[in-house]
Amino acid sequence: MTLDLKKIRNDFPILGRQLRPGVRLTYLDSTATAQKPLQVIEAMDEFYRKFNANIHRGVHTLAEESTALYEGARERIAKFINASSARQVIYTRNTTEAINLVAYSWARANLKQGDLVILTEMEHHSNLVPWHMLQAERGIELEFIPVTQDGLLDLDAYKTLLERQPKLVSFTHMSNVLGTINPAAEIVHLAHQAGSIALVDGAQSAPHLKVDMQALDADFYAFSAHKMCGPTGIGVLYGKTTLLETMPPFLGGGDMIREVKLRSFRANSLPHKFEAGTPAIAEAIGFGAAVDYLTSLGMDNIAAHEHEISEYAMERLEEIPGLKLFGPSADKKGGVASFILDGVHPHDVAQILDQDGIAVRAGHHCAQPLHEKFQIPATSRASFYLYNTKEEVDLLVKGIYKVKEMFG
Amino acid sequence: MDDLYREVIIEHYKNPSYRGKLDPHDISFADNNPLCGDHIQIDLQVSAEGIVTDARFDGQGCAISQASADLLLESIIGKTLEDVKKINKDYILDLLGIELGPVRLKCALLSLKVLKAGVYGLQEAGDDLVE
Repeated sequence: MTLDLKKIRNDFPILGRQLRPGVRLTYLDSTATAQKPLQVIEAMDEFYRKFNANIHRGVHTLAEESTALYEGARERIAKFINASSARQVIYTRNTTEAINLVAYSWARANLKQGDLVILTEMEHHSNLVPWHMLQAERGIELEFIPVTQDGLLDLDAYKTLLERQPKLVSFTHMSNVLGTINPAAEIVHLAHQAGSIALVDGAQSAPHLKVDMQALDADFYAFSAHKMCGPTGIGVLYGKTTLLETMPPFLGGGDMIREVKLRSFRANSLPHKFEAGTPAIAEAIGFGAAVDYLTSLGMDNIAAHEHEISEYAMERLEEIPGLKLFGPSADKKGGVASFILDGVHPHDVAQILDQDGIAVRAGHHCAQPLHEKFQIPATSRASFYLYNTKEEVDLLVKGIYKVKEMFG
Repeated sequence: MDDLYREVIIEHYKNPSYRGKLDPHDISFADNNPLCGDHIQIDLQVSAEGIVTDARFDGQGCAISQASADLLLESIIGKTLEDVKKINKDYILDLLGIELGPVRLKCALLSLKVLKAGVYGLQEAGDDLVE
């Protein structure tokens, strides 16, 4: 089924915005954060208008209602990723915090000096720096699955690395720069065969692909609401129950305890064990509304639409003289087009496109080592989501020709 | 907005007068803009009286950062190091002749940060140098 773009675009009030007189927004930066549909905005608005109260342990009506909404969202998020149980869905602030939760709780309880963690060269800083920090603290070793010139993971090199018996393989499902969709289930399977556990950074896959925890078999899967039409400030760490049960708590405070004495505490059961303090309640409810929205459109339909836009964008961009695209061919990637333009810095490209209301991102996109690998300081990145159209790709192409003319 | 890419800026970006390195030099300092990975190195030759006699910058970055580096170096040759220490944000904006938002301001001020860190003999170029 193809998406009804006219109807969808009407769901997103911001897409109708005039930035300046006669300049309409063309939003091509969803990989950084997606826009929010009315369904999400209204769910959060309704929460504050009708239901706002702190969750858990309250007996008054509002407290019961807000708890039910907060936990109901968790159930629907669990279903969205096909987790066996909502207890495996731990609310965090975002993907970064979810990965840090694993680094602080699981890794500090299980990794010692000399233990190997395998990452990849295409990781976002959020899946590099927590491990750098642990390396400094614990003396763990880090190795990286190399990225080939066409932007794919070198799986043969990975298999060789696995001979060194890693304790953890932590990798991105989909690159936020190259758009590469990695064979996640295969990478997880190989990790398990080597006796390692596997963490999948799903920040870019959960918004764009149908993800299924049973098929993926990852031990941990981390993702953020704001990249999938939900609000900022809320994300999820999914984990296998056996691991989560044995992990020590992450942050200490209210809600994560079963019992507190003056000199001791007993931790709460899952998932609350990892949710200290008053959480982002309205945001969790907004996240629930976002997965409802995506489900109503159908993740397969969303993926198909993005693929069509992305393929068209690659074709059009490749025609531009002096423009170099990074990453694999359209059949191996999501809706991300990172490029450089001869003689023009990516910042200048982004700024001139902004003149016509076209929002693209410029920089290293929190993946500095990957840019170093390709020996470029920065790229311009246009990214596409369920609401983008071919007409917007045409505007982008027209804008890039304008940049070339200015710097000509 | 078209102002942002005034001809003078494009011209200094494409044909800078002070790009390169100085060997020997009396002061050299380099730093990055962590937001975008822009990199600038500045070399100075300074006379016994503390007057900047020559200056060059090297590195890579956007039109704003490269043009501001070129304009800045052009403007400090002949000045004393004490005068260079007094240069602030407004001085750069006057040189460029444009208004900038907070993100692009960092591009424009990178060269000044690097210059002042070098002149003060600092280890790191802090944002406080360009306030």
